[in-house]
Amino acid sequence: MSTQISHFLQPSSDRGAFALVGIIGAVGVVAYMNLKNIADWLTYTLMGLNPDSQFGEALNFFIYDVPKLLILLAGMIFLISVVHSFVDLERVREIVEKRGEGTGNVMAALFGAVTPFCSCSSVPLFIGFVGARIPLGITFSFLITSPMMNQVALVLLLGLFGWEIALLYLLSGITIGVVAGMILGRMKLERYVEDFVFNTPIPTTSESGEPVKISWRERFGGAWESTEEIVRRVWLYVIVGIGIGAFIHGFVPEDALSSVMGAGAWWSVPASVVLGIPLYSNAAGIIPIVSALLEKGAALGSALAFMMSVIALSLPEIIILRRVLKPRLLAIFVGVVALGILITGYAFNLLIG
Amino acid sequence: MLQVKVLGSGCANCQRLEREARAALDEATIEYELTKVTDYADIAGYGVMQTPALVLNEEVVSTGRVPKHEQIVTWARERA
Repeated sequence: MSTQISHFLQPSSDRGAFALVGIIGAVGVVAYMNLKNIADWLTYTLMGLNPDSQFGEALNFFIYDVPKLLILLAGMIFLISVVHSFVDLERVREIVEKRGEGTGNVMAALFGAVTPFCSCSSVPLFIGFVGARIPLGITFSFLITSPMMNQVALVLLLGLFGWEIALLYLLSGITIGVVAGMILGRMKLERYVEDFVFNTPIPTTSESGEPVKISWRERFGGAWESTEEIVRRVWLYVIVGIGIGAFIHGFVPEDALSSVMGAGAWWSVPASVVLGIPLYSNAAGIIPIVSALLEKGAALGSALAFMMSVIALSLPEIIILRRVLKPRLLAIFVGVVALGILITGYAFNLLIG
Repeated sequence: MLQVKVLGSGCANCQRLEREARAALDEATIEYELTKVTDYADIAGYGVMQTPALVLNEEVVSTGRVPKHEQIVTWARERA
């Protein structure tokens, strides 16, 4: 089935590819805009549930949110993947290489935000940067921002919290990446990097050949494939997350959480960070839950700190990074990032909460 | 004989790339020898920063993704 679709999605010309993407996009937008009406009709008219009942409200929330997030997820990931087809890590490395501290950190964090990489790539990436004599601090700026600006997380934030909070999340993540990278860079930690990293000869771009020219048709084809792959990987988490979120939405009383996760509870931010570390691949499922918690009185800063911790500090990634970082540096890395998240959490609780 | 190397530390996509490469080359009846490169230093030695990567006769042909069947066969034919 899926191979048939991707075959169908490979028209022979760029113009055909644009037309196809346009049609699918338009259908998606129309469906997306009518979802609220469809959900209301299904739950309140067809099933005859009372809009004021807890069950009716929970079910309506679920029926509305699942297709909404899946459409948004597919659409945004497709767009992001098209953008990615223009970003080449070797070029990124070349650009960052020429900058010093400060500008270099900002550039690295910005590139980190737009470049996806699965956590299993973080080690080759680290070696590729450090081995090419890019300063450790700049490499860390990239390494911190990249997982935090996870595309799935951003899309869910956009869909559930609105663009203001998605933007806040983006800016805080980039700031943490820049500042933490600069601090780590100043600490002269090179001796805590495993020795083989510096001894690995890194071939430069000129040796590994000229970049190939890619047509729009291929860009769209590739973007379709990665969209399919990511959606297939996360859809279940999203549905389970929305299911739990729907339950909270319908059944948990308003303000039930303000004493536990509210801005008044000083320990809610550190607790959120610590709790977030072991939770990992469920980033897709955790955000719908957090959005429901927020509605019930949790403070925004604590919620953001929790999400950042879940996404940026994950146990599997820490274990993978141990291959290139000696325990001391690994601990400092986790500590500095956790501190950055803590400060962000408190700052938002103070400003908005 | 075509020397095929799959670079990656064993993540899901690396395993998928190996399966795809084997399936594509078997189907095209191209003779090959496939090795998995899992050591990070060796992977970095190819200049690869995103895994999985596919190397044909010591030349990196793709990084950070699992290429399509036909694409693998085309690359293989150019080098076989």
